[in-house]
Amino acid sequence: MNKPEWMKNRKFVTGIVITAIVVILSIIGTFFTPYDPNAMDASAKLAPMSAAHLLGCDNFGRDIFSRIMSGMGTTLIVAIGTVLIGVMGGTVVGAFTGYYGGVIDEVLMRFNDAVLAFPSILLALVFISILGSGKYNVIIALGIVFVPSYARIVRSEFLRCKNMDYVKSAKLIGVSDLRIIFVHILPNAYKVILSSVAIGFNNAVLAEAGMSFLGIGVQPPDSSLGRMLSEAQTYLFIKPSYAIISGSMIVLMIFGFSMLNEGMEEWSDA
Amino acid sequence: MRFVLRKIATMLITVLLVSFFVFLAFQVIPGDPATAMLGTNATKEKVEALREQLGLNRPLMIRYFEWLFSFFFGDMGTSYSYGVSVRSMLAGKVPITLSLTLISFILIILISIPLGIETAEHEDGIVAGIIGGLNQVVMAIPPFFIGILLTYFLGLVLQLFTPGGYVSYKTDFFGFLYYLLFPAIAIALPKAAMNMKLLKSSVLKEAKLDYVRTAYSRGNSTKDVLYKHVLKNALIPVITFLGMTLADIVAGSLIVEQVFSIPGIGRLLITSISNRDYPVVSAIIAIVAFIVIIINFLVDILYLIIDPRTRG
Repeated sequence: MNKPEWMKNRKFVTGIVITAIVVILSIIGTFFTPYDPNAMDASAKLAPMSAAHLLGCDNFGRDIFSRIMSGMGTTLIVAIGTVLIGVMGGTVVGAFTGYYGGVIDEVLMRFNDAVLAFPSILLALVFISILGSGKYNVIIALGIVFVPSYARIVRSEFLRCKNMDYVKSAKLIGVSDLRIIFVHILPNAYKVILSSVAIGFNNAVLAEAGMSFLGIGVQPPDSSLGRMLSEAQTYLFIKPSYAIISGSMIVLMIFGFSMLNEGMEEWSDA
Repeated sequence: MRFVLRKIATMLITVLLVSFFVFLAFQVIPGDPATAMLGTNATKEKVEALREQLGLNRPLMIRYFEWLFSFFFGDMGTSYSYGVSVRSMLAGKVPITLSLTLISFILIILISIPLGIETAEHEDGIVAGIIGGLNQVVMAIPPFFIGILLTYFLGLVLQLFTPGGYVSYKTDFFGFLYYLLFPAIAIALPKAAMNMKLLKSSVLKEAKLDYVRTAYSRGNSTKDVLYKHVLKNALIPVITFLGMTLADIVAGSLIVEQVFSIPGIGRLLITSISNRDYPVVSAIIAIVAFIVIIINFLVDILYLIIDPRTRG
């Protein structure tokens, strides 16, 4: 039996499996949940686990399983949006500064250093306090916060590649700078970008959960795992399973992404 | 000495950049603070008068340097929501958050360094295997969730501490430290797990180098080689990591403070963000940023002392 190369990587496989479960559950969750995640049922307040409510109900009688499905979806959308903004912004900034160098590069990199000195969640809070909370503002805030770290990664790849022979010969035959940057050099950076994408997802999930936990992230009616956890804290003594389940889902998502990242790192080292 | 001076210069530039960024961020806010304070019904003259009084009608750069100077002399402005000075709101709160950060930091070192060395030394042992597996999971748990788990299992079930029963350091200093221990564990565990893993791989990487073989050939025991030779080099990436995580630890304390109802700057920050109380928000953010910058500076200096190769 010849297994393909990636299947021998245990971490990568674990990461893929967990992430796949999360993604499938949240895709199903956007179209179908056993109950309306926001429907309150006064007769089912803090109901225990049962066949009708798989994971029981919260303090308003909302079905926890349904809320988790849609909450994971929200978290995933925030993470995807954040990483997209971060990677695209970072790639453009990193590619140009790395390729051209010079004064703009110096200034931007000092600025980058300054931004990286901030704890990322704090910086996101600055943007949130300006933009206001809510799903889309969280995406914008976190996306902007992630740009510098991607810019740094892409820039260092460009610094490494820009004096290589293939770039020189491309220049000799008159290829434009833009084409060299995006068609010739960028594909060489994909492995590095890919493994940092997984760590980006990891950080985005963590940051979103933290912000929603504080009540300044995703706002109702969007359900969010972080928000559920903060609601569950009030009922910790009566219904500890609520907090444990919603927290474990956050852990599961982060764990999946970090396994993916480590798997990919092993793969790109090999 | 030259390196130290250069580091100081870089630090000052970063402080200027960061402070300007914080200042600017709260200047581009849609909506004028004067209108916000007076409400939309206020007459134009009244708004203008308040703008004059708040100094909002002067050029940006002048206001920035004024803000910066008064900031360093302890005048951080007046809260929009409460009308009292930001300084008086922050007094007594900063030491709480700093203590929490410091305890967490000490815990990270106390947990990760012995465990990292232990697992590296007995790489293939059962204990190392279990710790290694556990480590992967612990790294993925957000500090606030660990906080909730601790509140439930240690606070409510085992009753080792009273959740929400924060003790002020003014009334009972040891009670204060004891209460902070639990949030500190919550902040420290994931970071300690990451640091442990880093230390382990760093020790194992160093152990393959030539100088280790030489040390063995000169008749050193495994313990001697590990503690006298390998560890010195293996700790360098660990220090970098610790320096980098400090920002995260500070941010972690801001969130975990909420879980344990600790009246530090985290709580003030969250309420101020919800109230759009910008002078308070910008003051807290600037303070946290300055703390992080200063700590990074100290880490850099520590670097120069430990590793002479970085003095280039």
